[in-house]
Amino acid sequence: MLVYTFRRILAAVPVLLTVAVFVFLLLRLTPGDPAAIIAGDMATPEQLERIRTSLGLDKPIVVQFFSWFWLLMQGDLGTSLISNTPVSGMIAKHIEPTISLALLTIVLSVAIAVPLGVLAAWRHGTWIDYTVMTISVVGFSVPVFVIGYILIQFFAIDLKWFPVQGFRSITRGIGPFLERAVLPSLTLASIYVALIARMTRASVLEVLGEDYVRTARAKGLKEKTVLFRHALRNAAVPVLTIIGTGFALLITGVVVTESIFNIPGIGRLTVDAILARDYPVIQGMILLTSGIYVLVNLIIDLSYSFFDPRIRY
Amino acid sequence: MQITNNSKSGSFRGMLAAACIALSASVTGFAADASANTLVAVPHSGLRILDPIITTAHIVRNHGYMIYDTLLALDADFKVQPQMASYTVSDDGLTYTFILRDGLKWHDGAPVTAEDCIASIERWGKRDTSGQVLFDKLESLTANGEKEFVFKLKEPFSYLPETLAKPSSVVPFMMPKRIAATPADTAITEFIGSGPFRFVTEEYQPGVKSVYEKFADYVPRSEAPSWLAGGKVVKVDRVEWTAMPDAQTAMNAIQSGEIDYLEAPPIDLLPLVEGNDELTVKRLSPLGSQTMGRMNFLYPPFDNKKIRQAALKAMNQKDVLDAFIGNPEYYTICGAFFGCGTPFESSAGSESLTGSGDVEGAKALLKEAGYDGTPVVILQPTDVTTTKAQPVVAANALRAAGFTVELQPMDWQTVVTRRASQKPIAEGGWNMFFTNWIVPEIMTPLNNPMLNGRGKNGFFGWATDEKMEALRAKYIAAKTAQEQKAAADELQAHAMDEVSYVPLGQYNVPSVWRNVLTGPLESPVPVFWNIEKTED
Repeated sequence: MLVYTFRRILAAVPVLLTVAVFVFLLLRLTPGDPAAIIAGDMATPEQLERIRTSLGLDKPIVVQFFSWFWLLMQGDLGTSLISNTPVSGMIAKHIEPTISLALLTIVLSVAIAVPLGVLAAWRHGTWIDYTVMTISVVGFSVPVFVIGYILIQFFAIDLKWFPVQGFRSITRGIGPFLERAVLPSLTLASIYVALIARMTRASVLEVLGEDYVRTARAKGLKEKTVLFRHALRNAAVPVLTIIGTGFALLITGVVVTESIFNIPGIGRLTVDAILARDYPVIQGMILLTSGIYVLVNLIIDLSYSFFDPRIRY
Repeated sequence: MQITNNSKSGSFRGMLAAACIALSASVTGFAADASANTLVAVPHSGLRILDPIITTAHIVRNHGYMIYDTLLALDADFKVQPQMASYTVSDDGLTYTFILRDGLKWHDGAPVTAEDCIASIERWGKRDTSGQVLFDKLESLTANGEKEFVFKLKEPFSYLPETLAKPSSVVPFMMPKRIAATPADTAITEFIGSGPFRFVTEEYQPGVKSVYEKFADYVPRSEAPSWLAGGKVVKVDRVEWTAMPDAQTAMNAIQSGEIDYLEAPPIDLLPLVEGNDELTVKRLSPLGSQTMGRMNFLYPPFDNKKIRQAALKAMNQKDVLDAFIGNPEYYTICGAFFGCGTPFESSAGSESLTGSGDVEGAKALLKEAGYDGTPVVILQPTDVTTTKAQPVVAANALRAAGFTVELQPMDWQTVVTRRASQKPIAEGGWNMFFTNWIVPEIMTPLNNPMLNGRGKNGFFGWATDEKMEALRAKYIAAKTAQEQKAAADELQAHAMDEVSYVPLGQYNVPSVWRNVLTGPLESPVPVFWNIEKTED
């Protein structure tokens, strides 16, 4: 397994390098000039050119690429063209809200969706199944911003149980963290509950017809044990894949939720950087995103063997 | 076994209960984000650049007014008043002597000196257009001791005090010499001013949050505050600017008491707060902003004066402002290039624009000009609410008059880049774009950037107009207020005839604050001195 893990990590290097080259080139082909954005309305062509020079944007693209790449090889993601601050520092400040939000969302989603999915499969074709599937369709269909605003209106404005916006680091206490993270996590969880519940239901349904489940029941095991120890564990592989990919998607796709709840996460950082054509920040963010996908996929693959002993690396 | 199960279940319930208690205990305090000594404000956009000299962005200018101070400042009567310094002028108008007032200190404790001010003025003069005019007239700028410095001019330039008191957009803020020595096109990296607030660098998150603390050693002037002049008395310990990209979130937050002040709520969401007796909704910027369209003079069809005139006749302000602002309470039909409510207000030549347009007149002019159907490429930003509607309304008006129009949707930053391109239309150029200015930025012939005729070295659109330059020179040479007004009126008439740009009216968005705040001041720039905060 160690050799496999090492090989997978090694295989990620060319992937990240390719991403780095493509991102760099694609960004330079996108219309937009950070110097014009900095200079503002009254800049003359000469002033614009001088700002371009001071940012190094007047150099040939190849030279710019190798300057950036050389820094990257030393672990330096560069400096923001707009705010003049190190990209790694900016990412570090923005990643905590996103990671903690994603983790809480996944925990909430799994805690709600897996039992619901198992229940729906167990009571397949009954009103319980239909109710779970209806909830699932609603979770899929209603946009997250609608759910977010409804939760804010009801729980934050009408009932005043939670603040309407903001983020507090978990280092400042679990209470302040949760009071600001619960509503955005519930908002995000709506779609993942739907997704994981459907996947769990389908997988569990498939294994419920297997011989070993019939054997387990014939042995006189309690239904709960049959469902959760035998059926669910064997149905876990596809569910795990969905959870893992969902986590990666959460980290990279929470822009709308971060915006509605005013959470300074990496979604907002990325959008701001794209709007301002802040090349080093965009490059850093895309590299980070690619790295997260590679890592999450590796963790999912490795965890398969925990749930299914037949899988060995 | 049963007992063990119960105990597990019991311990889980206990943990849940403990978590709920902990959560509910903390929940009761969430509105206290905005504590008594801290004013939490949501500015109109996130602060990402900290150098107010390198950029014209208003949010950076507002940041500048927090931590820096100015030598002179404009008051509500458009009069220049002393701020950091007072001045005297020689009888021949060629020598201005400035003397710094007592007690001025930088945030690092060092005293403000004449050398610091000279370095700051020199850096600003390289970036600001009216600063460049000043430096064109300047023979020397020298220090005379620690507190005195002298401008010696080649020829009289009576606008020197006005230029140093300009409220927007590149404001001559004073910085320590070591910081002001940074090249004008390179951003500064140290943020030390002598203004009423100190910037808390360690809490700064670009685009998210910026924090300012009261500068204990700041000595305010004794006069009452008036616009950007007078005593800047800080009455809170700390001001936090928290950017909120979603306007609805900001509206929710001010209603729930999580923030104290919202600088620029969107007009269409104002009904949510207008009836709330815990909030005040009020216009703080007495002049507001002007929205306008600018044509590209380099390429057809707008290189033809008659076709520009046809375009102007095709449009009318009411249609644009109805689509852009909607509520007439918040807009003013105004045909003055220099803005309404200003000393140089004039409506000459704007009759069709401020009326209901003149489509037939536009058609006749197009025919007379021999318009051949060359498409008008209009840059249409889709991501900025304050510039989204104007291109669409203008395009419809132009089409109605017989123009062929190509609306090109894009994000604002692409507009910013495209409008700087002097290339032909087929190579990424453009024919028309729209933007907004706060009125103090366009209210004199000296600072209005569109009213110049310097061709490719001028404002985007690059009009070459010798008469415009001559009229500007006449204004600069004017010795009395009457002569200045006469020159400005001539400029208004000439600019309307040339269609230097299309003023599309004035709008004035109110700010919203919780009633725990008292003392927000009227000013063309949002300011945070004089505001007191009491407990809820």
